[in-house]
Amino acid sequence: MVKFEKFTLENGLRVLVHEDHTTPMAVLNILYDVGARDENPDKTGFAHLFEHLMFGGSVNIPSYDEPLQRVGGENNAFTSNDITNYYITLPAVNLETAFWLESDRMLSLAFSEKSLEVQRNVVCEEFKQRYLNQPYGDVWLKLRPLVYKKHPYQWATIGKELSHIENAKIEDVKAFFKKHYNPQNAIMVVGGAVNLADVKKLSEKWFAPIPAGQKYERDLPQEPIQTEEVIETIEADVPSNAIYKVFKMPGRMEAGYAETDLISDILSQGKSSRLYQNLVQQNPIFSQINAYNYGSMDTGMFVIEGKLLPDTDMAYADECIWKELDFLKEELVFEDELTKVKNKYESTKEFGEMSLLDKAMNLAFYELFGDANLINTDIENYLKIDAADIQKQANSLFKKEAATTLYYLAK
Amino acid sequence: MLNRINPPAFKQIENIEFIKAQKHELQNKIPVFVIDAGEQSLVRLEFIFQNTSWQLDKPIMPSITNSMISEGTHALSSAEIASKIDYYGAFFQAEFSYDQSSLNLFSLNKYLPDTLPIIKEMLTGAIFPDKELDILLTNQKQKLKVGLEKNANLARRAFTAALFGDSLYGYANQLEDYDHIKREDLLAYYKKVYHPSNCTIVVSGKIEKSLLNLIDELFGNWTSENIKENFDVDYISADKKLHYIEKPEALQSAIRIGIPFVNRKHPDFVGLQVLNTALGGYFGSRLMNNIREDKGYTYGIGSGIASLEKAGYFFIATEVGVDVTQQTLTEIEKEVNLLKTDLMEEEELGLIKNYLMGSLLGSLENAFSHAEKFKNIHFFGLGYDYYEKYIETVKSITPERLKELANQYWDYSEFYKIIVGKM
Repeated sequence: MVKFEKFTLENGLRVLVHEDHTTPMAVLNILYDVGARDENPDKTGFAHLFEHLMFGGSVNIPSYDEPLQRVGGENNAFTSNDITNYYITLPAVNLETAFWLESDRMLSLAFSEKSLEVQRNVVCEEFKQRYLNQPYGDVWLKLRPLVYKKHPYQWATIGKELSHIENAKIEDVKAFFKKHYNPQNAIMVVGGAVNLADVKKLSEKWFAPIPAGQKYERDLPQEPIQTEEVIETIEADVPSNAIYKVFKMPGRMEAGYAETDLISDILSQGKSSRLYQNLVQQNPIFSQINAYNYGSMDTGMFVIEGKLLPDTDMAYADECIWKELDFLKEELVFEDELTKVKNKYESTKEFGEMSLLDKAMNLAFYELFGDANLINTDIENYLKIDAADIQKQANSLFKKEAATTLYYLAK
Repeated sequence: MLNRINPPAFKQIENIEFIKAQKHELQNKIPVFVIDAGEQSLVRLEFIFQNTSWQLDKPIMPSITNSMISEGTHALSSAEIASKIDYYGAFFQAEFSYDQSSLNLFSLNKYLPDTLPIIKEMLTGAIFPDKELDILLTNQKQKLKVGLEKNANLARRAFTAALFGDSLYGYANQLEDYDHIKREDLLAYYKKVYHPSNCTIVVSGKIEKSLLNLIDELFGNWTSENIKENFDVDYISADKKLHYIEKPEALQSAIRIGIPFVNRKHPDFVGLQVLNTALGGYFGSRLMNNIREDKGYTYGIGSGIASLEKAGYFFIATEVGVDVTQQTLTEIEKEVNLLKTDLMEEEELGLIKNYLMGSLLGSLENAFSHAEKFKNIHFFGLGYDYYEKYIETVKSITPERLKELANQYWDYSEFYKIIVGKM
């Protein structure tokens, strides 16, 4: 059980406070409701490039990292297709430093041309390191546009191509800040050895003076229902053939999400899972195979990816995956199997609560979904699922005409 | 008017509290170290075994033995083990490191009577079945093939090989090693290493009284004729300092630079950690500032000191655009040498000290992290006073002393330099 309090400043900033006095540390986490899906199709990779620039100095503070390190703190951030999330951990006695730093960069940025130029380079190197200079590294650059024809999930957070980053102009960056980085589009979570009254006082002091700004109204093109199977083959310098199969699935807060999440666990959570037992152990076709989902806000991706053993036929491997999916559609899952994935969900949640930062991030996510208390109640959506629900969901997911398959072949 | 220019007042970290491990002993003398903390009703149990001396002709036998322990016992098949662990929402990890082979169980307290006996099965009745072994070897070989396509991995492999030669610490697995594994060898290694007199148990989490009884019931009567063997690592470092592996297609070069170094047992270790922090040990380090934040050559660069039981090593690692490989090497050399020639400003040192104290405080998040702190000292023959000395050294070290350490321990011409990519 994660206890928390919530209040909202006049400028619209939502603040959640989670007191945890088992630690001497504090966390300040700010989630901005902007991700790669909010980018212009000709200027992709921006939300993420922007995340880098948030460390380039703000209106009153030339260096972000240095004063934080000086009080014993650390910080980092990440960008996804849906959100951008920044966090600080520091000794709770120095909590005010985090308020000072985060409020100033919500107020206004002040990075230089030089900082933009350097971070463009840094992000280009990140692009190379993670997506281009790795075996199978470019797979999501290829797959996303095959899966999404309309929705901006068709590009990865790093961007469609290096040139989008290379051409980023300072005016674009400033416009992006104005549009998305204001109190109304943010959720702040303060956790750890803190108390509500202090957090209220500090929030009023540092964040209340920030102008509310414009509320960003998201209006994204939604992905139409897929009616034709998509198959693509690419060849690359990799050591073994791989297959990636994607089905569209409900968004994070839509009906059917929890069922789909459990289906991925039945298929691939742990060594007792169906894909591992059947296609790695009993009838070895894959050296590794996984099923997972992205937990996206809008229509998401249910992914099955596997690396084939040498001398295995791709068509046969594909058929074997379908056999597992069809089995889920035709037969009810075993009661033991369902209990197993629910137990695993419960214990994963319990282990997750050992980390203050995880708790703070999850509170922010759930608040974005509409109610931070879902952190405690979401589990009920999982526990009430029965075998018939799973079967029904499998039938709605795994349709031949709704599949996108990429064969990634070794040259 | 709110003053946003000047930072708020802050406090130095004075006290850091360690939750110390409490020692217990089973009937058969297996030491059990207990760290009791936390709100969640769960525990981690680690069964830790020291490796024995390593053989060049059977290089991957110890790690394969470790991976195979959960793949079948007299009573339970590999599938049954997996389904029991998963059914109770537990997590199992076989972990092989240079010095130790471990089996780790993460479990909710309420399921321990169901999950812990599975570990006993693995420790006393593993049978290393042929079918599972074949599958494991094939799949690990495939994984290595993928790994060999990653320049950063190639650099790491060439680096440890240059520093530690054909020893446990230096050897890089080869594809053909997977073809020469024999089941009898695994069984023999299993008997030699996984026995009570070579076992240490570390338990962390919310500890219920009944747990110690359960552990004693399950493992206290475990016997074996084997006694703990000596563990030594002898190595000869390469003569050649520069190792360049050319990859004409590469977009980035992976760089790894360093030398064999002192480990945690050495009195200079903490001072050297402070020195390393300045060079490349945190986001504000000199290497990060220069090579990422000023020049934009890389997504990241860092340095570190690894402490192994029988050795240690110092390393600098990065991946940079191929067009700036040479410039990066020049800058790295410059940064190492600056710490030898110029005294560090008090301002920088003050920041590093505060950062390290905050970082130590933050690394004690939960029972598991306190257990990590315990293992870091216990297996190096140190006590909790190590941390007192650590704090004292961090707080008191001077720019003069850091410069002295840099001159004593760092000679760039002696560093091994591995470059995989283009230059």
